[in-house]
Amino acid sequence: MNDAQAKLTVRGLKVFFGQFLALRGVTMDIAANEVLGIIGPAGSSKTTFLRALNRLNELTPGTRVEGTVLLDGEDIYHPACDPVMLRKRAGMLFALPVPLPMSIYDNIVYGVRLCGVRTRARLDELVEQSLKAAFLWDEVKDRLRTSALRLSGGQQQRLCLARVLAMEPELILLDEPCSGLDPISTARIEEALTALKARYTIILVTNNTKQAARVADRTAFFLMGELIEYGPTNQLFTTPHDSRTDDYVTGRFG
Amino acid sequence: MRLNTETIVEKALLLVALSALMSLLLIAVFIFKEGVPFMVKVGPGAFLFSSEWEPQNGLYGIFPMIIASIWVTLGAMLVGAPLGIAGAVFLNEFVPRGVMRVVKPAIELLAGIPSVVYGFIGVMVLAPLIRAHLGGPGLSVLAAAVILGVMILPTVMSIATDAINAVPNSYREGALALGATRWQAVHMVVVKAARSGIIAGVILGMGRAIGETMAVIMVAGNAVRAPGSPLDSVRTLTANIALEMGYASGMHRQALFATGIVLFLFIMVLNSIAMAAMRTRAGGR
Repeated sequence: MNDAQAKLTVRGLKVFFGQFLALRGVTMDIAANEVLGIIGPAGSSKTTFLRALNRLNELTPGTRVEGTVLLDGEDIYHPACDPVMLRKRAGMLFALPVPLPMSIYDNIVYGVRLCGVRTRARLDELVEQSLKAAFLWDEVKDRLRTSALRLSGGQQQRLCLARVLAMEPELILLDEPCSGLDPISTARIEEALTALKARYTIILVTNNTKQAARVADRTAFFLMGELIEYGPTNQLFTTPHDSRTDDYVTGRFG
Repeated sequence: MRLNTETIVEKALLLVALSALMSLLLIAVFIFKEGVPFMVKVGPGAFLFSSEWEPQNGLYGIFPMIIASIWVTLGAMLVGAPLGIAGAVFLNEFVPRGVMRVVKPAIELLAGIPSVVYGFIGVMVLAPLIRAHLGGPGLSVLAAAVILGVMILPTVMSIATDAINAVPNSYREGALALGATRWQAVHMVVVKAARSGIIAGVILGMGRAIGETMAVIMVAGNAVRAPGSPLDSVRTLTANIALEMGYASGMHRQALFATGIVLFLFIMVLNSIAMAAMRTRAGGR
């Protein structure tokens, strides 16, 4: 894959927390409109990598980043790049759903309002569109004004997805979005992701190797802060180059 | 054998817990026993809503003092609540943890300064300043409100800080990941989530303000009349009791107990509101 096509170009990305080197130099290209799965055992810095892509690591005091990350050729760690603008382009879904303490409707329009969209009709339209895209519309359309905290876990996570979609980002970063969900909710999220691929570039961190196999076009394997290898999902799972990958995907450790 | 020690400790602790409850009960019984017959005799209307306080002539209207207490308390809240909430937000969200670990205890130390010291500063510094720049006697509602506002700061701030601290970090990250700036995340999400705790802090602060006596006697001027402006000198309910209890007897003494009942009710109401606000936080998720 050449650089001109890549949505996201990562070169020698290192993340330090104080003295601790959490991410040990990752280099990879992520193409537009692909679903990239990231797998690896706990503590292999998958999440740190993801949070480096929208500069959320910076919230932790003592964090230092080396290397470059280019989004559409623009360096996101350049001093001129505003992290607030970046986060509008790179939406994120966390492991635990984080509905904000307000109504379903307000949750979805929260980010959009921050961007200055105020017209009632436009907001209504965005709410309906994004809830439909997240496969949640039918379940909540009659109670948009009730508190989002009353939804079930699976619904909350889809609400968070809808909230990200309402921002019309270019990149969707998912940090183990299904770790707390039952198989049916998980299936619904995966269904939504597959449908969304056409419009977004999706990076999915998951502890569930089967989920990566189901959803991802390409998969990357992280171990102890290192990117061991990445390639088409099928190839990674059937004929990995590295024996450690083989051990992990066949369930011999991790 | 062990069972015995267990039982003894358990019973002893129960006794200690009950003694706190008992003293509350005894205080209530005591002031109601002295005050209620008086209210019945004079009539609640003449006691609560009349403006004439001339115990020597048998006139016992505490209306001006009720109004004075309310003014001073609301004034203290106008000073203390914004400062306390802003301070709590600032310490929690905008400064490194290390700074908070130093500043927060320092502010809580404010609570340990005796109220007579606050009163002293009010008399020596604040009242002359008000007299010189704004007119009036200086010893006034304004002076009392400012002094009390600073006195309730630690209460408001430490409860608000705890409430803000209890807001899960995921709320902040969630808002920031949606492209909110630090300030947007704080005022639209964090403060909103901590709202009931913050309200509870403010109301407990009001409870402290309405009950404060020494500092208020020193800076409020103690004139028995309903204030027309913040620069007027006033006497609060607490000041009235403290100033006259020394020499009061008979009906006059009972009138002061009845004043205590009014104060007691004010504080009960404020505390109940604060408790209700805290419960909303706990059960509202």
